[in-house]
Amino acid sequence: MPTDILMPALSPTMEEGTLAKWLVKEGDNVAAGDVIAEIETDKATMEVEAVDEGTIGKISIEAGTENVAVNSVIAVLLEEGEDASSIGSGDGAPVAAEAPAAEEAPAAAAPEKVAAEPKSETIASDPAIPAGTEMVSTTVREALRDAMAEEMRSDDRVFVMGEEVAEYQGAYKITQGLLDEFGAKRVIDTPITEHGFAGVGVGAAMAGLRPIVEFMTFNFAMQAIDQIVNSAAKTLYMSGGQMGAPIVFRGPNGAASRVGAQHSQCYAAWYGNVPGLKVVTPYGAADAKGLLKAAIRDPNPVVFLENEIMYGQSFDVPKMDDFVLPIGKARLHRSGSDVTIVTFGIGMKYAIEAAAELSGMGIDAEIIDLRTIRPLDMATVIESVKKTNRCITIEEGFPQSGVGAEISAQIMTEAFDYLDAPVLRVTGKDVPMPYAANLEKLALPNVAEVIEAVRAVTYK
Amino acid sequence: MAQAAKKPRSKSVAKKTSRKPAAPKTPAPLDFKKDEELHAYREMLLIRRFEEKAGQLYGMGFIGGFCHLYIGQEAVVTGMQGALIEGDQVITAYRDHGHMLACGMEPKGVMAELTGRKDGYSHGKGGSMHMFSKEKNFYGGHGIVGAQVSLGTGLAFANNYRENKNVSCTYFGDGASNQGQVYESFNMAKLWSLPVIYIVENNRYAMGTSVNRASALTDFSRRGCSFNIPGIEVDGMDVRAVQAAGELAADWCRSGKGPIILDMQTYRYRGHSMSDPAKYRSKDEVQKMRAENDPIERVKQRVIEKKFATEDELKAIDKEVRAIVAEAADFAQTNPEPDPSELWTDVLLPVEQGEAV
Repeated sequence: MPTDILMPALSPTMEEGTLAKWLVKEGDNVAAGDVIAEIETDKATMEVEAVDEGTIGKISIEAGTENVAVNSVIAVLLEEGEDASSIGSGDGAPVAAEAPAAEEAPAAAAPEKVAAEPKSETIASDPAIPAGTEMVSTTVREALRDAMAEEMRSDDRVFVMGEEVAEYQGAYKITQGLLDEFGAKRVIDTPITEHGFAGVGVGAAMAGLRPIVEFMTFNFAMQAIDQIVNSAAKTLYMSGGQMGAPIVFRGPNGAASRVGAQHSQCYAAWYGNVPGLKVVTPYGAADAKGLLKAAIRDPNPVVFLENEIMYGQSFDVPKMDDFVLPIGKARLHRSGSDVTIVTFGIGMKYAIEAAAELSGMGIDAEIIDLRTIRPLDMATVIESVKKTNRCITIEEGFPQSGVGAEISAQIMTEAFDYLDAPVLRVTGKDVPMPYAANLEKLALPNVAEVIEAVRAVTYK
Repeated sequence: MAQAAKKPRSKSVAKKTSRKPAAPKTPAPLDFKKDEELHAYREMLLIRRFEEKAGQLYGMGFIGGFCHLYIGQEAVVTGMQGALIEGDQVITAYRDHGHMLACGMEPKGVMAELTGRKDGYSHGKGGSMHMFSKEKNFYGGHGIVGAQVSLGTGLAFANNYRENKNVSCTYFGDGASNQGQVYESFNMAKLWSLPVIYIVENNRYAMGTSVNRASALTDFSRRGCSFNIPGIEVDGMDVRAVQAAGELAADWCRSGKGPIILDMQTYRYRGHSMSDPAKYRSKDEVQKMRAENDPIERVKQRVIEKKFATEDELKAIDKEVRAIVAEAADFAQTNPEPDPSELWTDVLLPVEQGEAV
């Protein structure tokens, strides 16, 4: 029987890619292990090897095709004695993965197109953008890179260090191109020693440089958390204001996809607990850019929490010479009258989808994107709660002592008399992140839980 | 041992190694001139008297928390400081009073920080273990064992980045030498040829655990072997030996050869902190060290022998030092506590202010 060659998933979060090049043509004989094609993801170019021997019977996706979904049939391999006539139809369409839980698998099976992602809606509410500014569709990945590049051009004290940031062009390709432009002095590959290089970064900051320390993910920053908390955050205070650490610690935070307990954790509440730090959690590309530029310029240590799932998603970014957003200001993302949904980072995805569904149910939700966890812009939250009298929070982190817990406590203190219902929290479940696709989905918040929480507080 | 007999082989090995820069050897102690001996005497005596006074103030309740005295180790910072030039940075852990005085920080400001007063170097917000002086290039004063080693490596990184000739003097103890981040830092320092002098103040006890009970390899000069960082053993009780090693190490760093380790063999007379009764060693051991190897006494003997000064002239120095320390202690006891409003300052810098310098 002819064997389908499928578009491979080359990373945990890959949903589609470009079939860059075929290295074989129809009729060629291949042996297992032969490189037959090159696939470009947004992170890298990867080679595809034949898994079996046979003859290439048909190439169903041409070289140069973009946005090829994972698991689409890209070619068909014939066994000895078969010919092209034995190939069935349905070329190019994604086929269901073989696992029984295929429907549940978030990324591997039949992905919804990323374009379904809502574009940033109310960015014009940021006063920093003049009316009529041209908007350019940009991925979060590019926005982060552009922010670093712009700041490195304008301030030669700024440099970036971390694992694979230079020659590899970034484990998640956030630092792509920076080595070429700025050279090895300012784009520095470190050994795999988070504790050590975080400390080296803080020392360099204390001496007046402006380091950007990239952690491959914030899970690994736990190795370095002593330097972030005890050295970076506290030195200004302990020195009576004589010296601090103007440094940015950045990298992906939270759950990616199917990477299990040790690689799927949100640290917003952890760092949000520490005076002397600023903690930034952008959602879209414009915020990622404007806030990262602000973080690099900030004279204080900033923990900048990104999300791997968001890296490849596109949003409008204003075309401006110097687009900088203030740290510590939440944004009203959607105006509504019935309930306030407070969230940040990837939590915005749930909020936006839920608000759309709730609208159909006659519930008008207001969405506040915190954007910064510390300092926490509670004024914006309280103002909204005084209007809607109801509030829920969403975060992927654990419930106990989480960001939602803090917001809930502050609302109780500041706006108790305005509340018509207790504040409810939608959070990650109180368990280590499981690996199995169905369990991972259960462990994370989802739109249904958001809707359920909103209905509970609105008594609808 | 069998290979030792094969002469041709050992020859070829010798040839190979001769291409590498010669590994530095422990230099002979410097031949201090009169003013150098007297300067060292005065500097060490200031640290000794300061620490004795700090111990008294602790006992009287003026100093709280943890207080780690430097008595016995004075030759290390005093000798090292003699090897430094303007702009070189100093960083250490929490046994830091001696380093600050050696860096030229005001005894009054240091003592007032120990008592938690408003004119202490950190306005009373740092305390004994967390003090800094941007002006004197003293980068702390750190309470976490080993953390200062990565930070000090970062200071050296900044020197390298700015392409200046400064070196980072990064001090740590025999106890900190076993921390993981120390080796992470060694690796990066060598990899990037950073100008950092790693100064191990081996005072033989990691808190209450003797070096033999805590360290698999007690020759700290060899702790950089895995990274090809050279190291030398130094008599840390002889200020001339320390300064000779310091000058060698500083030259090594300034000439672009990267990091170097100095294994300072020293001794602390007091407990780990004021609350340590030091039951883990005998009184005789301490007494023997004081009697035979005291860094200040050794200078004093040479000064008298070489007739650089008379007993009376040395006593006059002692008197002058005591007066400075008494003034610092008086200041530290009478200086007001920080204003309550100070609680809320220096947490974050305003964004407009720019850099924290």
